[in-house]
Amino acid sequence: MQGRARLHAWLMLAPAMLLLVAFTHYPAVATLWHSFFSTPRGARPSRFVGAANYAALAEDPVFWQAMWNNLIYALGTVPLSVGLALAMALWVNGKLRGRAALRMAYFTPTVLPMIAVANLWLFFYTPDYGLLDRITGALLGWGPTNWIGSRETALGAMMAIAVWKEAGFFMIFYLAALQAIPPVLHEAAAVEGASRARVFWRVTLPLLGPTTLFIVVNAVINSFRLVDHIIVMTHGGPDNATALLLTYIYDAGFRFWDTALASAATVVLLLLLGLLAAVQFLLLGRRTHYR
Amino acid sequence: MPITRRAALGALAASPMLAAPALRAQTPVEISFNYPVAVGGPITRIIDGYCADFETANPGIRVRPVYTGSYQDSITKALTAAKGGDAPQVACLLSTDMFTLIDEGVVAPWDEVEGVDRAWLDGFYPAFLENSRTGGKTWGIPFQRSTIVMYYNKEAFKAAGLDPETPPKTWEEQLAFAQKLTKRQGDQVTQWGIQIPSSGFPYWLFQALTTQNDVRLMNEAGDTTYFADPKVAEALQYWMDLATKHKVHPPGIVEWGTTPRDFFERKVAMMWTTTGNLTNVKANAPFPFGVAMLPAHKRPGSPTGGGNLYVFKSASPAQREAALKFARFLTAPERAAQWGIDTGYVAVSPAAWETPKMKDYVAGFPAAAVARDQLPHAVAELSTHENQRVTKALNDGLQAALTGRKQAGPAMADAQAEAERILRSYRG
Repeated sequence: MQGRARLHAWLMLAPAMLLLVAFTHYPAVATLWHSFFSTPRGARPSRFVGAANYAALAEDPVFWQAMWNNLIYALGTVPLSVGLALAMALWVNGKLRGRAALRMAYFTPTVLPMIAVANLWLFFYTPDYGLLDRITGALLGWGPTNWIGSRETALGAMMAIAVWKEAGFFMIFYLAALQAIPPVLHEAAAVEGASRARVFWRVTLPLLGPTTLFIVVNAVINSFRLVDHIIVMTHGGPDNATALLLTYIYDAGFRFWDTALASAATVVLLLLLGLLAAVQFLLLGRRTHYR
Repeated sequence: MPITRRAALGALAASPMLAAPALRAQTPVEISFNYPVAVGGPITRIIDGYCADFETANPGIRVRPVYTGSYQDSITKALTAAKGGDAPQVACLLSTDMFTLIDEGVVAPWDEVEGVDRAWLDGFYPAFLENSRTGGKTWGIPFQRSTIVMYYNKEAFKAAGLDPETPPKTWEEQLAFAQKLTKRQGDQVTQWGIQIPSSGFPYWLFQALTTQNDVRLMNEAGDTTYFADPKVAEALQYWMDLATKHKVHPPGIVEWGTTPRDFFERKVAMMWTTTGNLTNVKANAPFPFGVAMLPAHKRPGSPTGGGNLYVFKSASPAQREAALKFARFLTAPERAAQWGIDTGYVAVSPAAWETPKMKDYVAGFPAAAVARDQLPHAVAELSTHENQRVTKALNDGLQAALTGRKQAGPAMADAQAEAERILRSYRG
């Protein structure tokens, strides 16, 4: 009897496990394995080189710049997109006219393909007659700014697109969570005479805890993953000002055909993401109340 | 996606013949042709037409066109397919990818294909062949090739008191004209004099400046670069000065993709871009425009660019012969002429320019001949072993200088050091 139950359990686990092993675990292990070998080129087969690929990474200033850029990118986009998502969710959760249209408007960027978004923003950012320069010119009287063509503004411009793209998506999660909060809690707080700010900090926000954890984990992963627009708009330029870890890996793997270096960089990215996820679950998870 | 549907239809069409080979005297030789185009449209229709015409003329051969996206996507797909044992037989890829394709061991030289005709191989413009040959072998057949030219706004020339029929011929004139053409309102510029794009692949446009300053960027073997030559820094300084010292060129990095738009919007009076934009400018410029050879300094000059046809090693001898016939078909003078007229690419052989069709076209639209007239001064586009990596080193250096993070000299010295590190293992 027990053998049979066990068989059932394995059979039920099998489809998901097969997919996970084939497309997640095996590639991760294979990448780790390849990162210790040299890149095969034509007549030269690959050979074991130990940690040489990692040493090459450590010596490459572009890798460190990509790492640093990615840190700034994550620190900038995660709090902004999550904060904005929460604000938008609170706003469209209230009773106001045209609520459905407003929700949809906020969600639109999520629906658009990233490549289309990138081409759209390319024209927003065009110096002089682009949308952004028209606005800053009319409102603030600024001259033309080369948003994606100068080192100072390029990374910020890329971050703005990521926030714009993500906030609407996260808003949907917050909205669902807000509607799941029992109204009795707010009524009780109102009876106690709590101010709106107090209700937000003491009732709403704690109850959004699990959602916030989920969103923050996703936002952090996305800050390392969402780079399509950078590849379309700047190719990591000017002078690597917008190079991120993933664009670095793409360049190494598919432009330079240095698959060994790309594998090593991928392993670094995997470790980094694993570490970040662990820290978030430990720190935030402890303060999250699941009902 | 047209590719998959086409592939499916092709397979369907081919299967009865595969199933019943006895019905035919010989099974047709099938070759697949990877061609870089991102979306459907006029170009895919032309290529489809060529393949169909070729099959009519050569009943024993079937050509299956596969559209593979940008040049960058195309080489990625071709190399990935080759590594998986499923390479195309013919592909149109960047001429500068030659060393990469050789180093990966996936392409075969055309000279060794059965039935090759030397006269045909030598019949292309030498400037195009420079990027197609190394070590005495021809690896690429010039097909869709381009070069850089200057487009200028004749109305703006008139408004600035310049003769619209006389474009600048030297670096000094280019600067003087640009100064006259730059319009300012207070401290804001409403029309820039000149614009040389620097996003994505600034090395290509920069190579025009270095050629004009009479310095080569690499050797023929593709294993040594000369970025640290003082003349290279001089050329870069000229470009930087246009923006920072003379303020006749937009500062920072100028986007390649929006440069033609800037020109149409009259935000810039003279622009450098590819001859491949000729049809675009002709259709969209709301004012009369001129096309000119790039201004000379110590000499005139521009790099060539664009795609060559490669034949893959994995093709069988029969497929290679079919590939050769197909390449000859595509580059036949009449067809090369029509291709040039339809697309704006430079027709690849002198014979194509001698056809009546081309002569008529040039008579009606003289701007089309500018690229051809510039060809004798053209040089091979920067191409080395590990090409993408080496050009990135140069691109990074150029962008660092153009955005004001480095001086011209040190930027080029850094690029050279990086190129040296990459290329060291390919020498000796």
